[in-house]
Amino acid sequence: MKSFVRMSYPYLLWIGLFIVAPMFMILLYAVTRSNGDVIIFSFTLENITRFFSDATFLKVLWTSLRIALLTTVFCILIGYPAALFIANLPEKRQTLMILLLTLPMWINMLLKTYAWRGILMNFDIESEIKVFIGMVYDFLPYMIIQIHTSISKLDRNLLVASYDLGATPWKTFLKVTLPLSVPGIISGITLVFLPAVSSFVIPKLLGGGNYVLIGNLIETYFLVAGDWNFGSAVSLIMALIIIASMYVTKKLDRSTVEE
Amino acid sequence: MERKKRGWRFFTSGYLVLVLAFIYLPIFYLMLFSFNDSKSMISFSGFSLRWYHELLENREMLQSIWYTVLVALIATGVSTVIGTVAAIGLSKARPLLRNVALEVNNLPVLNPDVVTAISLMLLFLSMKVQRSIVTLTLAHITFCTPYVILTVLPKLRQLDDNVAEAALDLGASPVQALLKVIIPQITPAIFSGALIAFSMSFDDFVISFFTAGVDVQNISMYVYSMKRFNPSVNALSTLIVIAVTLILVLANLIPALRERKNKKEEF
Repeated sequence: MKSFVRMSYPYLLWIGLFIVAPMFMILLYAVTRSNGDVIIFSFTLENITRFFSDATFLKVLWTSLRIALLTTVFCILIGYPAALFIANLPEKRQTLMILLLTLPMWINMLLKTYAWRGILMNFDIESEIKVFIGMVYDFLPYMIIQIHTSISKLDRNLLVASYDLGATPWKTFLKVTLPLSVPGIISGITLVFLPAVSSFVIPKLLGGGNYVLIGNLIETYFLVAGDWNFGSAVSLIMALIIIASMYVTKKLDRSTVEE
Repeated sequence: MERKKRGWRFFTSGYLVLVLAFIYLPIFYLMLFSFNDSKSMISFSGFSLRWYHELLENREMLQSIWYTVLVALIATGVSTVIGTVAAIGLSKARPLLRNVALEVNNLPVLNPDVVTAISLMLLFLSMKVQRSIVTLTLAHITFCTPYVILTVLPKLRQLDDNVAEAALDLGASPVQALLKVIIPQITPAIFSGALIAFSMSFDDFVISFFTAGVDVQNISMYVYSMKRFNPSVNALSTLIVIAVTLILVLANLIPALRERKNKKEEF
């Protein structure tokens, strides 16, 4: 059986070449400078300081964080009741609802966003709101499914006990269901906030050219300006923000479990 | 009390219907306007199949469909094989090796697509590899395989090791043990891994956009780069929605049907 271990070697080679080495390249480009076609591998932090010393870039960062946060909050506000109501349905209808929710997730996000562009042309609204609608739309099913999974795992006897002890349905929800479904909310946040911060298709298609998020900034510096060093620095900063927020949500998750 | 309960139930079903309506709105919108006989995406002026005909005549679009399907098929095939083989290897590896490999394996899953995309682009550019359908396919294999491993590995770890040991003790070669004992037990997981890989590849935009070069376009890239509205995209989307629905219904039905057949045979 030990000889089976060797079967993983080709893939280890693959991930070394196509995952580890490329990530290392971002790091390398982010902290070096280039001169025309030549990269001078001299260490510099100027790409990173340039980002943090320019008000335009900081504004883009702030806009990205703000819209991702807003999207996440609304996904929870709309998704939580939906997940709760689904969990209260009879089992067969629950399966059907989940199937109906997962089906659109298999359909190309670009095509759905393109449809929203058509729908929203009918209304005269700000581009930020259009982007916001597109993002809530795209991420809502993930939030619902995560929360539903944690609610449906909940031990029904706890609810019965709470009623037997005289709690009202509302109180039971606040004291039993809600606290026990926090892990679902947290994994939902990871699935919504992280891709929302970095998304660049939705702002581009729904926001028009003027609505720039950090993903669009990266695209511009790589494909239009051709400044790979600065583009890499921006990606590195974004990756670090994402790692930091994942660390925070993991901490939150652990602290709720320990309670 | 009974009345209050009924009112509540009415409210909750109403809420769920609204959520579903929101989620299906753009899909039905695309389907409706694919049959519009004018170019407008705002007003529906009459039924026609015009955009389906134009779809068949739009070479650029057909080309993008072909590239999408071709790359998705190759990437699914390769990543399913590499992923399954690697998962079997990793399931027998020392915990240290397995955990390190899984951490790296998770990077493309957890990282924003833009980061994965530019990292691969930097790799190709700095190695002076011209971006083409080859680099596109390599990139797709790279982000699809982690999903295959994440689907297959948990299944492998549930397996009883003794069964494969018994096969080896009874004189089966390792290859026989693999093909006759291990693989058959994880076939459903391999299939769902392959299905996820296919859909990830089929729907990808960001990573393709950065790794494909200028002369290759998949469907997403075509839609993204479209200068103006082209209702043939609605026709194409409608066909994709129908295909996806059929595949998902079949994927959900086949195991159920097989189970029913097995049950019948038991009697």
